[in-house]
This record gives sequence, C-alpha cells and structure tokens, in this order.
Amino acid sequence: MTDSIASDLEPVGTPAPARVDHPAKRVAKQFVEDPVAVVGLVLFLLVALVALLAPVLAPQNPYDLAQLDIMDGGLPPGEASFGTGMTYWLGTDTQGRDMVSAIMYGLRISLFVATVSLGLAITIGTVVGVTAAYFGGRIDSLIMRIVDLQLSFPAILIALILLALLGRGVDKVVLALVIVQWAYYARTVRGSAIVERRKDYIDAARCLALSDRRIMFRHLLPNCVPPLIVVATVQIAQAIALEATLSFLGVGVPITEPSLGLLIANGYDYLLSGRYWISLFPGIALVVTIIAINLVGDRLRDVLNPRLSS
Amino acid sequence: MIVYLVRRFGQSLLAIVAMAILVFVGVYAIGNPVDVLINPEASQAEIAATTARLGLDKPLWQQFGIFVWNAAQGDLGTSFVYGRPALEIIVDRLPATMELALVALILSVGLGVPLGVWAGLRPESVAGRTIMGGSILGFSLPNFWQGMLLILVFAVLLGWLPAGGRGETVEVLGMRLSFLTLDGLSHLILPAINLALFKMSLIIRLARANTREVCLQDYVKFARAKGLSGRRVVMVHILKNIMIPVVTIIGLELGSMVAFAIVTETVFAWPGMGKLLIDSINLLDRPVIVAYLMLTVLIIVTINLVVDVIYSLLDPRIRLSEVKG
Amino acid sequence: MTKLLEIEGLQTHFFTRDGVAKAVDGVSLSLDRGEILGLVGESGSGKSVTGFSILGLVDPPGRVVGGRIVFDGADLVAGGERMMRGLRGRRIAMIFQDPMMTLNPVLRIDTQMIETVRAHADVSRAAARERAREALVRVGISSPDERLESYPHQFSGGMRQRVAIAIALLHEPDLIIADEPTTALDVTIQAQILSEVQTLCAEAGTALIWITHDLAVVSGLADRLAVMYAGRIIEAGPTAGIIARPAHPYTKGLIESVPQGKRHGTLLKQIGGMTPSLLHLPRGCKFAPRCPRADAACDPEPPLAEIAAGRGVRCVHPHLEAEESAAS
Repeated sequence: MTDSIASDLEPVGTPAPARVDHPAKRVAKQFVEDPVAVVGLVLFLLVALVALLAPVLAPQNPYDLAQLDIMDGGLPPGEASFGTGMTYWLGTDTQGRDMVSAIMYGLRISLFVATVSLGLAITIGTVVGVTAAYFGGRIDSLIMRIVDLQLSFPAILIALILLALLGRGVDKVVLALVIVQWAYYARTVRGSAIVERRKDYIDAARCLALSDRRIMFRHLLPNCVPPLIVVATVQIAQAIALEATLSFLGVGVPITEPSLGLLIANGYDYLLSGRYWISLFPGIALVVTIIAINLVGDRLRDVLNPRLSS
Repeated sequence: MIVYLVRRFGQSLLAIVAMAILVFVGVYAIGNPVDVLINPEASQAEIAATTARLGLDKPLWQQFGIFVWNAAQGDLGTSFVYGRPALEIIVDRLPATMELALVALILSVGLGVPLGVWAGLRPESVAGRTIMGGSILGFSLPNFWQGMLLILVFAVLLGWLPAGGRGETVEVLGMRLSFLTLDGLSHLILPAINLALFKMSLIIRLARANTREVCLQDYVKFARAKGLSGRRVVMVHILKNIMIPVVTIIGLELGSMVAFAIVTETVFAWPGMGKLLIDSINLLDRPVIVAYLMLTVLIIVTINLVVDVIYSLLDPRIRLSEVKG
Repeated sequence: MTKLLEIEGLQTHFFTRDGVAKAVDGVSLSLDRGEILGLVGESGSGKSVTGFSILGLVDPPGRVVGGRIVFDGADLVAGGERMMRGLRGRRIAMIFQDPMMTLNPVLRIDTQMIETVRAHADVSRAAARERAREALVRVGISSPDERLESYPHQFSGGMRQRVAIAIALLHEPDLIIADEPTTALDVTIQAQILSEVQTLCAEAGTALIWITHDLAVVSGLADRLAVMYAGRIIEAGPTAGIIARPAHPYTKGLIESVPQGKRHGTLLKQIGGMTPSLLHLPRGCKFAPRCPRADAACDPEPPLAEIAAGRGVRCVHPHLEAEESAAS
C-alpha cells in the first residue's frame, strides 16, 4: 500500500530515507519468522551432518563384511548382538547389518547423488537459460523447444529409460538426474532473465560495449537467483525422491553402494512377513529428509515471492 | 483454429520423431544392437537372419529408416523371454494400466479440485492448512513409500484389502477389467489411491494457488458487488477460471500417470505394462523395453495433443484469437 | 425525508504483518437521494476503502472495526452478509476502476449480465436477457445482441466500462459507488462516460458517490465534495464553494496543482512532501508535516468543524474568506 502512495505522488521534498537491508538479510529475517520452517532447517542441517559424518558416527561400517555377523541377521530393534554385544537400536537386516549404520551410509549416498546432480543441473540449466534469454530469436526458440519437449515427458520415464540403457551405477544415476533436471532450471532462468532482458539498462550496457558474457552473468543472472533458489529446493527433494524410486525399482545405485531407496527395496520383501524395520526405518529417514527440505523450500518460496508475501 | 491444430499436430509428430531418434541412438549407437536386439541364446544362423532383417550391416541412417519403417508397422522386435512380438505383449498389458491410471485420475481430480478450492478460499483456516500440509506430504514423499505404507496399514496391519495382484476380472470388449467385480475392486483400491495421491496433491496445490489468485481479481469482487451468491461466485466465476490450468495439468498428468504406474504396479504387483517394463529391464528383454517406450511416448504425445485442443476450446481468449488470426 | 446514506465514524483497519493500517479512521458523511458526492483524495487516502466498506466488500486482512453505515434506515455494518447480498447490485451498485479487470474474462457478457438480473429478480432467462439488452442500449452500445454473445476481451476499454455501467444500472439502484471509473480510459472516452453517467443518474434519480483523485473531473459533476487525507475527511461542502474558496491548506494545494488555462505560463504549485504511511501516522493533524501553516496548535488533531452552512473543515488554521479579502 505504501508503494502505491509513493509512486502516485511526485515528491518534491526529500523522500523519507528508506531502510535498505541486504536482500539476503531481509530473506533470512523473514525466514525465521516461521517456526515450522526453522524446525525444517534444523532438521535438514542435522540430516546433512549425519550424512557427512557417517563414517565417524556410525557404530559399524555396514559394507565391511568383516564387521558383519550373519548370526545377528534379522534382529528386531533394540536387540543386542550375539557376538559383540552392541545394541542394534533399529534392528538388523538379514545379513546382520546394523540398520542405524546402514541408514547413515545410505543417507550419505542419497544426499551425495542429489547434491552433485543438483549442482551440475543448475550450472547447465543456468548457462543454457541465460544464453537463450540474452540472444533470443532462433537460439532461444530452439533451446526452448528442446526444453518443452523434454518437460512434456515424465521425469521418471526418462530416467528409467536412460538407466535401462546405461545400467546401474552411482555415476549413471547422477547423469540421469542431471539430464532429467537441467530443463527445469533452464526454463526458470530463461523466464526471469527474459523479463530483465527487456529493461532499458541492458540496452544501455550493450551501448557501453560491455561484453556479452559480462552482461549475461553480471546483469541478467543475479535477477534469476530468487526463482532459481525456489526451484532448486523443490528439485532437490524431487531428486532425492527420484533417486530413491529408481533404486527401489532396481535400476539405480548398485548393491555395493546402497542408498536409502535400495535399503527400502531390500527390506520390502520382508515387510509382509513382519520384519518391517528393515524397510520402515530407512523409509522414515528418507521421508524426514524430504519433508525437512520441503519445509525450508515452502518458506523460501513465500519469502522470495514478493507477490504473495505482501 | 485449423492453422493452430495443424501446427500443434506437427509439434506432436516432431516429439515422436525426436523420441524415436533418442531410442534409436540408445539402442543402436550406444550399445551393440546385436546384443541388444537379438536373444543372446540365439544361434549363429538366427543372428545372421535378424542382422539382415534389421539391416544392421547397413549405414546408420538406413538402419534408422528401417527402424522407423518397422515401428510404423508395429514391428518393434520379438521378446526374448516370451518369444512373441514385443508390441503384442505390451498391448496385452495396456488395459490393466489404463484402468488403473483412469481410476486414479478420476480420484485425484474428483477430490483434488474441491479440496484445493476449499483451501484456496480459506487459506488461513485449520482445514485449509491441513489440506495444504497433506498435499505437501503427498507431493514430496516418494510414491513407492506411500504405497508401502498403504500396504503396511491396510493389508498387513488391518488386513482389510489385498496387498497385490489384480483379483477377479471381467472381460469387456476383449479387455480384462477389474473394477466390475467386488474382488477386482478390492484389489484396485489401494493401487489407485497410491497412484492418485501424487497427482491429487499437485491438483490441490494448483487449484489452491489459482483460487487465491483469482480471488484477488477485480472481477470476483465485481461479481460479489453484483449481489451474486457466494456459491455462484465460487462455482462459476472462480471455478471456470481455475479449470483452464487444471484441465491442462490433468491432461498432462494422465500421460505421466501411465509412467508413474510403473512404480505403483511394481509395489502392488499389478500386472500392467509398467510392471512388465521393470521385469523386462531386469531380464534384459530389450525389444520389450523399446516397444514400451515407443508406445508410451505415443500415448503421452497423443494425450498432450488432445489436452491442448480441449484447452483451446475452453479458453475463449485463445480460441477466438486463433479464429481471427 | 431521511438521508439515503449516513456514515458515522466509520473505521476500517487493515491488520497487516507490519501493524494496523488505519485506512479509514472516523469518516462521517451523508448523501441525499439523487445527490452526487465527489470523494476526492490521493491513493491511499482511504477513499476506495470507504466505498468498499459501504458494500461490505473489504477483503481480509481489512475489517470495519467501528462506526455505522445507515442506508435507507438500515445499519449495514450490523446487518450481516445476507442482508448485504440482497442490497448489492440491487440497491447499491458499484463500478470499478479498471474495466479490463472487472469483467470475468472467461464468461460471455450475457452470462455476466443475466446472472446479475437473476440474482435479485425471479425472472426467466429470456426476460433477464431482454433486460440486459435494454441496459446495453441505454449505455449507448450498438448491436447489443451481438455484443451480448461476446467475451470481454473483444471490447475496448471504454466499451467494457459501458458494460460495467450497464450492469450497475440493471436494477436501477438507489446508489452507485463509482471508484475512479474513468481513470484508466482515454480522455475523450472519459468525458463521454462522465456525461453519460451523469445523465443516466439524473434520469433515474440515482445517488452517486464518485471516487477520484482528479479534482478537475469531479468538479463539473458533483453536487458536493468530500476531500480525504490519511483516512479522514479533512474538508467537505458544496462543490462550487470548495473549488472557489478551499479552506483546508491541503485542498487549496490540490486545487492549485490542477493545470488551468488562464494560468498559462506560470509554474504549477505542488504540495511538498509525501503522504504519510498509514502504519506510521504523525501525531496531531496528519497533514501538518507538509503544511505551510502548521504550528504547535496543530497537535492535537482538530475535529471537522463547521465554518459555514454545509461546510466543514478539519484545520486550526483554515483559509477563511475574511482573511483572503484582507490579504488581497
């Protein structure tokens, strides 16, 4: 409301000095106003920390076969090991693997795959999107054609087909996720960059003979950051879920490096026979991670979208 | 309008061709097509015969021509596992998948739109917040995990519904359908809910966001200023405006439901083409994978085309500008 | 005879995250049947919110928190949604600022007109359609049958506003609230619409509240003016008197900032400073920080005091007639 007052009136006196915070500071300030989002952020940081420090925190290395005891296979939560006497708080799988450790390591792989693919997809998407917006014309319509074409097919279908052709592997899953995701970022970046592109100051910058690259990345790109952050928070949760789904279907990560999705798949066969913990606890870890990211993402979207936050 | 239809049809064709090229490159250029398309247990003579039939000794562009020509005639290779044409096997499984997808779509729209509008009209209310919270869960939790929970609760713990399979079916027009028998219906409920949840969450979010947006428009206020009942404002003025994006997404999502059915069918052992795909991937039955892919692409592209046409009929701004143009 | 509309001490506040914005804070005004009132003020002065408050259409986080709005003997604030809905469109109609936004883009004109008729009158679709047709003719739209079957985007801005006016006239209301209905239009169209509304209201004896920021537009139209500033009426009275001899320094400033032919070549006067934020209003007279006449006496805020018959001004140092003649 105050905006319209200011814009309607031609001020002749000195306007009241507006308080100008750094945008990031403003966002942070508004972000913490929502306690639910703060809980989400704390949860996510905890999850990330566990994943990062899994080798230090985990009671055992679940993939060192020497540390496994087949005698301990299929123990329910809270049982103690027959050999070492350590307590399996979340039970063991059929090979006697401590589920706490397996989950920590699984989380590590899940988050690794998601963040690496996120980083690559953002980079590719941003470069492509800014290029399309800046040059416009044929380059733009060609790029956007490709993006639209890809986005008209469900992500899971594309990923599944790629992996069916490529085979299993952490690197292959990352590749599939990047291919699936880059188009979202390209579209987002292009969308906000093209709005900015039409503004006069870009023409002014061109008149100053600034290099294309400089205009693209110093002038256009910063305006794309807020929507990019919003899309990224949604997409990283989607990436984690997609990786889990692919691994659950048996086309994702290999058995030697099981992510949460593969842990769930491994336990799935025992679900009906009552050994629910092998599947359920990795599932809960997955769900907590995804919910935490979504809580953060939802709040960020509200804070970064000026239309809804007013 | 006709110009628009022709152009739109051309785009669909382009999408199919693009996917065909991708599949072709995936099968012929990345892997060794002899390995991919010919049963590893085949004899030398069989390999030679198939090589000749598929033209694998010819240059790549000719091979592509043969691939397209065969595909257009419905020949997408022979399954290694079943020894029957791959396309035939897929088409056999198609009714099961379509039944599941359609029931799930009806569920997700029938529940998603009302819930979304409700949440959009009262975003701050307890109901609005609950609906939104639920949709965030439905949207972000992996589909297979939701399916597992459904099985754990309704099949394992409560024992109300079967955990998998298709149950008793009835043959209608040559298609076996589950929803006509009580047993089939009980098998259908959980997978349909599972498949619907994700889309429903999406529709709820979309309907809510659009309702909120439309509510801020002057024309809604003007409609109220005309003395219309709240019911008419919502059912006509708001609903008609939000239906345009909702119909778009519904159509696009029907296509992706066919794809998402892969997960649901695997979780619930529903004998549709999605489960067939996963089985085929595990058995390296490549012709079936190729056939699945081409058929699914065709289905999705066709659905997208139909949706776009309906969309243009629904939105007078598009329809009329095209008439003029 | 009682007044058609009497507003007493109306308070409409918006409860935002940053605090309570008192968009309308103690507005009182009244209107006779058939009278035209010009409600003048800058954006954010509360003039539109006053209009919406009368119709009970203030959206959250806004709320009428105090005062009375008595329409033809009935209190609208206490009346509840059911009663309001019966009045809206039938006895009190509204025309909005932006004709591009007021008609629903996905509904045909006939749908939007017929539903208005049938919201208040138990008539057949055909009869309702006939009434819609007549209303279009009345506002000067040619080939109404064809127009009825069109969508809003096929109309120009001026035509759309005519349709909106036709919708407002459907039930021959006692009062029309027009919220800057010509601001978004070309100047020539503006003049046409203005004179048409004037004629139509005179014919039907409809009272009109014309909300505007443009004194020039309203001075030829309104019987009386009420000037708003920061949610208050700071001056009210017969149009001619206010235009000729504005008493409040703000009104005077407004009038002097309107370009006039005879002052050709001279610099336009401006009002210094900016309208205050509704969240952080100054103490005392809200205009004082910008007022050339302000001094310590301007705090506390003065009431709306009668300086002549039907003339009220909220100022401790008004420009009075005697003073004017003494100065000259």
